[in-house]
Amino acid sequence: MSQLTGIAASNGIAIAKAYKLAIPDLSFDKKKVDDTTNEIERLTKALEVSKSELEKIKEHARTSLGDEHAEIFSAHLLVLGDPELINPIKDKIESEQVNAEFALDETAQMFIDMFENMDNEYMRERAADIKDVTKRVMAHLLEVSFPNPALIDEEVIVIAEDLTPSDTAQLNKQFVQGFTTNIGGRTSHSAIMARSLEIPAVVGTKTITEQAKEGDILIVDGIDGAVIINPTEDEVQEYRKKQENFEKQKQEWAKLKDEPTVSKDGTHVELVANIGTPNDVEGVINNGGEGVGLYRTEFLYMGKNELPTEDEQFEAYKSVLEQMGDKPVVVRTLDIGGDKELPYLELPDEMNPFLGYRAIRLCLERDDIFRTQLRALLRASTYGNLKIMFPMIATLDEFRQAKAILLEEKENLTNEGTEVSENIEVGIMVEIPSTAVIARQFAKEVDFFSIGTNDLIQYTLAADRMNERVSYLYQPYHPAILNLVNNVIEAAHAEGKWAGMCGEMAGDSIAIPILLGLGLDEFSMSATSILPARTQIKDLSKEEMASYKDQLLSMDTADEVETFVREKTNQ
Amino acid sequence: MAVEKTVTITDETGVHARPATVLVNKAGSFASDMNLEYNGKSINLKSIMGVMSLGIPQGAEIKIVADGSDEQEALDAVVEVIKSEGLGE
Repeated sequence: MSQLTGIAASNGIAIAKAYKLAIPDLSFDKKKVDDTTNEIERLTKALEVSKSELEKIKEHARTSLGDEHAEIFSAHLLVLGDPELINPIKDKIESEQVNAEFALDETAQMFIDMFENMDNEYMRERAADIKDVTKRVMAHLLEVSFPNPALIDEEVIVIAEDLTPSDTAQLNKQFVQGFTTNIGGRTSHSAIMARSLEIPAVVGTKTITEQAKEGDILIVDGIDGAVIINPTEDEVQEYRKKQENFEKQKQEWAKLKDEPTVSKDGTHVELVANIGTPNDVEGVINNGGEGVGLYRTEFLYMGKNELPTEDEQFEAYKSVLEQMGDKPVVVRTLDIGGDKELPYLELPDEMNPFLGYRAIRLCLERDDIFRTQLRALLRASTYGNLKIMFPMIATLDEFRQAKAILLEEKENLTNEGTEVSENIEVGIMVEIPSTAVIARQFAKEVDFFSIGTNDLIQYTLAADRMNERVSYLYQPYHPAILNLVNNVIEAAHAEGKWAGMCGEMAGDSIAIPILLGLGLDEFSMSATSILPARTQIKDLSKEEMASYKDQLLSMDTADEVETFVREKTNQ
Repeated sequence: MAVEKTVTITDETGVHARPATVLVNKAGSFASDMNLEYNGKSINLKSIMGVMSLGIPQGAEIKIVADGSDEQEALDAVVEVIKSEGLGE
């Protein structure tokens, strides 16, 4: 038995055997073969097995994520059946009397080099497709198992260095009980996905892939951030108990599913959810979300080879709006660039991606991309209660420009005879300190604010949230953050507007009492955090929390704030 | 006797990923040999890597050649895909 600690990324306890998501050793020797017919047959067989796997994965991606995400696998299938790739491999086996592994590797490598050397990012991406496909075929030739997360058909815990969006896209919730990774933090992609899939996860264990073997029994404790490898019978019992308690608590929370969120002294606040795809809406409804506070539209643009069309986007937005009925849906326009790359946009690498060309900065320059998204949103607006939010706004000019483009497209659509809702609120995400500081000026022009704390904290304390060595500076309760948040809320209220928050902080049990006291109107969080937050708020008095406001805002350190809140709220 | 047809690519991004996929899939469903000629190069239209390696831009004139038992049907079907995908005319 050994135990690892990591970051609790998604609530719950899972006990199952380990499934390692890693590329196996694909090394081989060059061999001379006499029976080339047999060698070609081996190749054909490996190609066929790979093909049928890819078809299953594609089908899985289509049903769980939609046609768009399945497309990448169509491309893989075409590569697999490409006569220009396959015939030369066969020719090589025959003419040089070499084994299939060698012929495959040599031929594929030639194509990979050719594509990698093209001066076009898109073509270089094709090299990655060929690599992916070749690895799969090679694994079958060598008869080693190749991980296919989409084809998992027994209960497992997935372990990996990290999980990419395409890995997580393939995970089947029915069988994947939980996952744990070497790297990552609470706001990393894998952690966000775990919460939206509602499976327990512990990230940032540093060494899980080294410590655990395929088939080892694991306990993933996503409540306290622990992973136990090959537990004793006693430990299994102990964790089953913890799992039961957690399930019981979840049932308690579930009772509040259809209740509004009201504090002990009668103040109503809205608890809404952060989502990434239309598929996440089900989780929002099941967890009693009162709306969507942040729809991250990046996923529509990621994991594909080209920009999504207006119609594709329209379908996604319409689906979310329809599913949510008259409940509010805040859609954030494209927040890409910097660390979130889109290979097909061919953006140059930057020294400081978080301070660089991204989000609204990119959209205002590439207004073709921006207009397509806005048109899709406007067309979808009649299907529900849409609010549009611009990310990374640093100056009022940026907001004015973005809004002007929105109004232009609205007018264009109206002239084309397309109906557009007249009641779309237009707001901004507050994540840059300059905007938080002059929120009062912004409040005259925007319809709402949503404070994006993940970025606001890293910009305010000048600490890269991806850099573990400065992670101690990532302090949500830092008095500077509280003052900025307070400034934004006060500015909104002075103009009769509302203020929300859509960072991790909004679902944090220490931050919630503070934010309630500061008068935050809307809390947007992972869907699974909604019911625990509602339970907590029911027992809090807004008036009491508001009475601590001045004291909290003038404290010296984050620790002081935390200790104070814990004491006042018995945590 | 092979049949051929020349079309002009009007899509502003040229022959990009999705239509290329549809095109190759369509070509692959026929028995005839199919080639695409552009800029002095001729590639196998049943090869996705071949089609994409050409990097066909907007305004390009491309020639589709089909040769085999179902050549006319194959040529018509591929040209139809080019139109229906909004690639060209």
